[in-house]
Amino acid sequence: MASLKELKGRINSVKSTQKITKAKQMVAAAKLRKAQAAAEAARPYAERLASVMGSLASRITVSESSPKLLAGTGSDQRHLLVVVNTDKGLCGGLNSNIVKAAVAKAKKLIAEGKKVEFFLVGKKGRAPIRRNFPDAIAGNFDTSDVRQPGYEEAEKIAAELVTMYEAGKFDVAHLVYATFKSALAQDPTEQQIMPVPTPEAAPSASGGAVVEYEPDEEAILAELLPRYLKTQLFGALLEISASEQGASMTAMDNATRNAGELIQKLTIQYNRSRQAAITTELVEIIAGAEAL
Amino acid sequence: MALHFELVTPAKLVLSEDVHMVVVPGEEGEFGVLEGHAPFMSTIRDGAVQVYRTAGGQPEEIMVRGGFAEVGTNGLTVLAEHVEG
Repeated sequence: MASLKELKGRINSVKSTQKITKAKQMVAAAKLRKAQAAAEAARPYAERLASVMGSLASRITVSESSPKLLAGTGSDQRHLLVVVNTDKGLCGGLNSNIVKAAVAKAKKLIAEGKKVEFFLVGKKGRAPIRRNFPDAIAGNFDTSDVRQPGYEEAEKIAAELVTMYEAGKFDVAHLVYATFKSALAQDPTEQQIMPVPTPEAAPSASGGAVVEYEPDEEAILAELLPRYLKTQLFGALLEISASEQGASMTAMDNATRNAGELIQKLTIQYNRSRQAAITTELVEIIAGAEAL
Repeated sequence: MALHFELVTPAKLVLSEDVHMVVVPGEEGEFGVLEGHAPFMSTIRDGAVQVYRTAGGQPEEIMVRGGFAEVGTNGLTVLAEHVEG
């Protein structure tokens, strides 16, 4: 049985842990609201761009002369998985879920006889993926030096990917990240980003009237493709930051509750042994008095 | 008699209001858009988008980089990667 002093010490240490987890939970809740607002604000641009891309893509035919980003390299042997993770921990199983989804996808591609490489965004995915595929890391992108990864980071990632693509390092790129469903659920999502899959042709805003293009459709499309890629990466960065805060909030809520339970248990134990000590003392005094 | 004008960046919806006319620096030359313009799509040079709130008034200039303009029945939408001022 631990001594009273030891028990007291343990209770105090659990209490300070609880304070930390509680603070982190509240910080995550505040940041989550901000991240959600940012994700919301990014939606109009993405929607408009997708609808423009859709109506453009439905008007031109994909041929040899089409931009490489749309037509592909003509082969699908080498795949690149762009895995977006968080930079910080304390967010429950979020990162390991993303890594699990990426590894499953990679194994599936390898089983089909394809070659797979990884491009890792965020710190937390590096170690586990390196452990699984030590020789397949094609590149890293560090987002930890900025407070909040934004559009500029998405631009840099896109530029790096396009350079690799044009250098012929891979044929198909997939993006793996977590979509934010709620504070309790973040789904690992995987989608193809390169070559750019043509978005569904939405009914165009012009209502079927003849639209004039300046310069022509293909030139506009060629300009919009990299922009569309950036937007998708930006979306992934926003989703991951909302997911991180959501997961962190839930994980810290659990931790705070666990700490509370532990404190209760320890306090009961502490009181019992205190009472036991008092009882023994009393028995000793009474026995001593009777002996006189 | 107003043109609905929206200026959108990846980060947010910068502007959404009814104006008189907008002059856009298109890739192949500036063009003004009034209400009832025919459907039109164009890429934009980096430069100033001039927003005329009233006929004959002073334009408000907004610098955009990496832009794209679309005119449809619901007005003019400018998608820009960066907006200054």
